[in-house]
Amino acid sequence: MASLWEYANPVKFMQTSGWLMPVAAVLAAGMIAVGLVWGFFLTPDDFRQGSTVKIIFLHVPSALMAINAWAMMLVTSLIWLVRRHHVSALAAKAAAPIGATMTLIALITGAIWGQPMWGTWWAWDPRLTSFLILFLFYIGYIALWSAIEDPDTAADLTAVLCLVGSVFAVLSRYAALFWNQGLHQGASLSVAPGTRMDWSYKGPLYLCMVGFVMLFIALVLAGTRTEIRARRLRALLTRERAMG
Amino acid sequence: MIALLIRDLRLAFRAGGGFGLGLGFFLILAVLVPLGVGPDPQTLGLIAPGILWVGALLACLLSLDRMFALDHEDGSLDLLATAPIPLEGVVAIKALAHWLTTCLPLALVAPVLGILLNLPGPGYLWLVLSLLLGTPALSMIGAFGAALTVGLKRGGLLLSLLVLPLYVPTLVFGAQSVTRAAQGLDPLTPILLMSGITAGSLALLPFAAAFALRINLR
Repeated sequence: MASLWEYANPVKFMQTSGWLMPVAAVLAAGMIAVGLVWGFFLTPDDFRQGSTVKIIFLHVPSALMAINAWAMMLVTSLIWLVRRHHVSALAAKAAAPIGATMTLIALITGAIWGQPMWGTWWAWDPRLTSFLILFLFYIGYIALWSAIEDPDTAADLTAVLCLVGSVFAVLSRYAALFWNQGLHQGASLSVAPGTRMDWSYKGPLYLCMVGFVMLFIALVLAGTRTEIRARRLRALLTRERAMG
Repeated sequence: MIALLIRDLRLAFRAGGGFGLGLGFFLILAVLVPLGVGPDPQTLGLIAPGILWVGALLACLLSLDRMFALDHEDGSLDLLATAPIPLEGVVAIKALAHWLTTCLPLALVAPVLGILLNLPGPGYLWLVLSLLLGTPALSMIGAFGAALTVGLKRGGLLLSLLVLPLYVPTLVFGAQSVTRAAQGLDPLTPILLMSGITAGSLALLPFAAAFALRINLR
């Protein structure tokens, strides 16, 4: 009977991820390539925003993964704390830099879009602010992982930080909403998604989103496999030293 | 537990305890900001609530790394962990001692610095009130951060990196309540939301912090 918990066994995980990772990587490359070519060259320009709107094909997928990477870290941290599966903790560790990079991509592409559209690289809009705060959370999480030497202690402490951080990240999101409504009177800068978008936009956008999900899966698997191999290497070295 | 509180307070007040450092920092910050921004009273009045809240937050951050580090170094933390009182209680008491020695004086001094920064009249009461209600959350979150980094040799910088993002909601609501009061608006909503965060932190974070401490002590 196949169950998700089988992959808590590193050998089983390495077997499955060994073929799953290249598949996800190829799918990601294909989908993102097709989506971007379709979106950048075959889709007509927006009649108001011109061609700048096309950055959406990078911006939205990376923002999506920035949030979902944290959600994945939350779940894997919980699994580590409850069931003590090392693969789970290592997957959380592998996901953090990827999530941070996605957040950064979302922020930078947003700034590139914002400069011609809003006339500024940065505005303290609630959505932008929450993303910046999310980036700070990622940095703290990664810093804690790298600061602690003992791997199990590091896994435990970062897992607790991830749980507490999730609560405060959500609180910060609502605090940012509250904060800007308090100062500006609802100058809605963000474009509402899903408002009657034509398929010539929706098609490449969905394709890029799924492509980014695949990219994330491939990268997390690669990172986790690296971590598992590093652990094995360390175990081998310790054993050799013990043998003399 | 009361004995522990008294011990911590005594350690803080005696020579080398670092009592008053946070206050001094807070004062210097309130002096430096007008020097940097310029003496225009209108501008200062506008940014005073935010400056005072950020200053209080940073002053609170200064003394956090001492919360468990000294006890960890001389081994008394191990004794506390094996003592009959629960570790969650120890954490809560430590946070309370930190609040009494660092944050409470800040809240009481803040109106004086408000004068320096030309805070508008209605803001004073809400400044003290919001600091009194909000800083317990800062101490408790700080205790959690200190528990996470207690075993590290250079934990100070990492501690601020971990704790500052967690301070965001408290800061936003706290500063908002003072800003609103200073502008003559109703400050009740942000202050209630902030108190909610404080209550939630006090109820839940001792468990998270004690959990982190146990991991660090094993």
